[in-house]
Amino acid sequence: MATTGKVIGIVSNLVTVQTNGPVAENELCYINLAGTNLLAEVIKVAGDKASVQVFESTRGLAGGATVEFLGRMLEVSLGPGLLGSVYDGLQNDLTTMQDVFLHRGEYTDPLDHEKLWDFKPLAAPGDKVQAADWLGEVTEGWLPHKIMVPFSFKGEFTVKSVAAEGSYNIDTTIATLIAEDGSEVAVTMAQKWPVKVAVKAYREKPRPQKIMETGVRVIDSFNPIAEGGTGFIPGPFGCGKTVLQHAIAKQGEADVIVMAACGERANEVVEIFTEFPELVDPHTGRKLMERTTIICNTSNMPVAAREASVYTAMTICEYYRAMGLRCLLLADSTSRWAQALREMSNRMEELPGADAFPVDLSSIISNFYSRAGMVILNNGKTGAVTFIGTVSPAGGNLKEPVTESTKKAARCFYSLEQNRADQKRYPAVNPLDSYSKYLEYPEISDYLDAKVEKGWVEKITRAKMLVRRGKEMADQINILGDDGVPMSYHEAFWKSEVIDFAFLQQDAFDSVDALCPMERQKYMLDLILEICDTRFDFDNFEACRDYFKNMINLLRQMNYSVYESPEFQNYRTELDKLLKENGRS
Amino acid sequence: MADPKVFQKIYTKLEAITKATVSLRAQGASNDELATVEGRLAQVVKTKGDLVTLQVFSGTEGIPTDAEVAFLGEPPTLRVSDQLSGRFFDAYGHPIDGGPEVEGEEREVGGPSVNPYKRRQPSEIIPTGIAGIDLNNTIVSGQKIPFFADPDQPYNQVMADVALRADVDKIILGGMGLSNDDYLYFRHAFENAGALDRIVSFVNTTENPPVERLLVPDMALAAAEYFAVDKNEKVLVLLTDMTLYADALSIVSNRMDQIPSKDSMPGSLYSDLAKIYEKAVQLPTGGSITIIAVTTLNDGDITHAIPDNTGYITEGQLFLRADPDSGKVIVDPFRSLSRLKQNVQNKKTREDHSQVMNAGVRLYADAQNAKTKQENGFDLSDYDKRCLDYAVEYATRLLSIDVNISITEMLDTAWQLFAKYFSPAETGIRQSLIDKYWPRKAD
Repeated sequence: MATTGKVIGIVSNLVTVQTNGPVAENELCYINLAGTNLLAEVIKVAGDKASVQVFESTRGLAGGATVEFLGRMLEVSLGPGLLGSVYDGLQNDLTTMQDVFLHRGEYTDPLDHEKLWDFKPLAAPGDKVQAADWLGEVTEGWLPHKIMVPFSFKGEFTVKSVAAEGSYNIDTTIATLIAEDGSEVAVTMAQKWPVKVAVKAYREKPRPQKIMETGVRVIDSFNPIAEGGTGFIPGPFGCGKTVLQHAIAKQGEADVIVMAACGERANEVVEIFTEFPELVDPHTGRKLMERTTIICNTSNMPVAAREASVYTAMTICEYYRAMGLRCLLLADSTSRWAQALREMSNRMEELPGADAFPVDLSSIISNFYSRAGMVILNNGKTGAVTFIGTVSPAGGNLKEPVTESTKKAARCFYSLEQNRADQKRYPAVNPLDSYSKYLEYPEISDYLDAKVEKGWVEKITRAKMLVRRGKEMADQINILGDDGVPMSYHEAFWKSEVIDFAFLQQDAFDSVDALCPMERQKYMLDLILEICDTRFDFDNFEACRDYFKNMINLLRQMNYSVYESPEFQNYRTELDKLLKENGRS
Repeated sequence: MADPKVFQKIYTKLEAITKATVSLRAQGASNDELATVEGRLAQVVKTKGDLVTLQVFSGTEGIPTDAEVAFLGEPPTLRVSDQLSGRFFDAYGHPIDGGPEVEGEEREVGGPSVNPYKRRQPSEIIPTGIAGIDLNNTIVSGQKIPFFADPDQPYNQVMADVALRADVDKIILGGMGLSNDDYLYFRHAFENAGALDRIVSFVNTTENPPVERLLVPDMALAAAEYFAVDKNEKVLVLLTDMTLYADALSIVSNRMDQIPSKDSMPGSLYSDLAKIYEKAVQLPTGGSITIIAVTTLNDGDITHAIPDNTGYITEGQLFLRADPDSGKVIVDPFRSLSRLKQNVQNKKTREDHSQVMNAGVRLYADAQNAKTKQENGFDLSDYDKRCLDYAVEYATRLLSIDVNISITEMLDTAWQLFAKYFSPAETGIRQSLIDKYWPRKAD
């Protein structure tokens, strides 16, 4: 018999339940509030009392309310139809809810059970299969969506039968498998998986092999993220964190994008709903929304579900990865998730760690980041989950627990800087503090040699050196004055400004400049380095400044023009002329 | 709000009293339910077995251990109808203008949030006439944005100006810890503008107990939701001062022995503020709620937990500061931001809007660098000098809060300034726009 209980204590969304039987950590339960079931999760057990966090508002809940334990953890439904959906943190479909307001206890089905999918078998009777092996395929949007042996199946199975090609809904049995003990199990197109458990049904997880292009120059060239890699973007508010993340979502070279809006502004999510169905994926020409799933727990939605939302998003990515697809997970912002943990820990009166966060914050974060990665599936194909999280450090100070814990877990660091944002130098990614550990990977270096050109990584290192030198020169000029330094200082400073203005800065709202493919990035960087390698002759620093400002203007006009268009070529010709006027190579 | 019902059980034994809370043994109290303690309004914030903790809004001074406690059976409510218009209320929704109680439907305050999927993208400008806002940080209906200002800045005046110029159907004022003078200022400003019939005010002044403030935003937003959702109206909500609201939160959490996080604020500050600000919405039916708030700062410190959390929730901030060079109070172009301006700039305004805005701010930044050089005693270049002259005129004619012109006039003014002080290349504006808008020499 299922365990039941009674509410005996309430502090905000932390409820204490007197139980009459066994309960499990993270087990779900329903709390009955005048006929409405509020979903809650067990987070602590002491004797026969369980502390549960309620995923809804507890307003009006009184002691004595009955509780029913469900015998399962928080799960997501996985099957065709996930893409294009908009879910809350618990995977309720927000699009099928009727009212303008969200009502407590209103739970909607994440998948459409009526819709028919054109199924093609991939396995044949007699095949030996295990969890995550492909049994068949349907087409979701334009992606091949594999119907797999459910992740929860343990051991080896023999395929007894697979449904013939045809249209079925997700609840139809599409295969019957025989277990090692001879029992038969039916498989449908949908399965469930507990969100807090990583899906490990793959052969191995090697080091990342290639980079994931985003069309953002300061990322792709200066600090690229690997396919299956991890990165994070910390920054004070107003530094363009969300704009940068949306740019990556729109342009990222991935098959599936899952965006987890975690405790962020609702209007930002609305922007995604409004824009994505209109926008075209630059890589496939299809609508962006067709490859996107949105998990949305905005800042005014229940706090406990915020924590769940990032896990829900990650599990969906792992599901698509098992089909051999490249997934990109963007979570904005992981700090809100950490704050949700803090609020709970505080209500449970646990001994606090730094800044009142729970002491195991660091391990929770690194555990989560470790679920990303490129994997080799059992059938030898590869799939990847690339994860980029944003962090909202309190007061913009990076010396705080969430940033520090994340820095240990993520391999790429894109530091957004208040100073750059103030000067409207967007994206405000600091080119020197930011890093990508992947540039140190020999695999990635080899990949870039083949993909871009031999020695590309060295070229990038040189460009960074020039930026660093320019910054040192700027400091010197500030201390000694324009007239107090040699002309070479001014020249070095302005060369770094050329790199900054014409390469690092990028207009995310300009239809042309927003997306810069690798080929064009290489073209621009080569041109800029050619300028930097030129030695100039100026009478005074004002002439130097005016000259470079002219040059920057031409380079920016090039960035705004369609690549290799007549307009683009005209600016290039003008620039070459300018370069000949003064330069001596 | 409800009054005690006759059949209700009265408790007369308090187990514990702090400055903001009382605890007693009682049966069946529900979370967030209201109660009266010696006639003072209180709310259930914690239950543990039969021990119930109540937060007493007006403080516990003089409450004896044998105080009479009665539970009202429901969370805070507000009676809503068109009769709200033109009225002034206290934090509990009782009239303070001498008029009668409002008749209407009783609604829970602090109710559920809007399904994000049902929202619409905010895309209608709220013009204010102030170029520091309209030109550089355009506000859009359905947006939430605070003024960040030191206590000595005239933020309440600016807010009243903005409210009265904005083209909206209703203005709802939520005053928290308003000085009596400021309360009367708002009242006179609204009366003089002849706008009283479209204004509803909920006011907690410094003369009222601080914890009462916690009810003000919920009351104001319940009224706003009535007009926006039921009546499809464009509603502008003014909340001042949210810093004092947050202070009241920290008082309560402190009395409840919660572990404070940064700046002795409760760990839930972000969620608490978000619940208020996220009520800003553009509804599919045409109604909208726009929130303009005030967050006072300590000496411009935006890293304090209150402005910091606010900044992560709101869609930008408007930073007021005194500009010594022009002698004006300006909307600081560097630290101010409207995140929704992209929704309307160049789309609902002239095509050159965003480029003119960026060029104007970039040149102003160059002027700041020149100023630093000047202060350090270095020689200024010709460009530096032009920047400095430009900065004074830019601050006076565009950034100052006493400007009141249309957006087209703002753009034209900016072009005039560019032409007066700079060459086209120095502005970095796209050539096609220069060709079209650069003022000719004759001008």
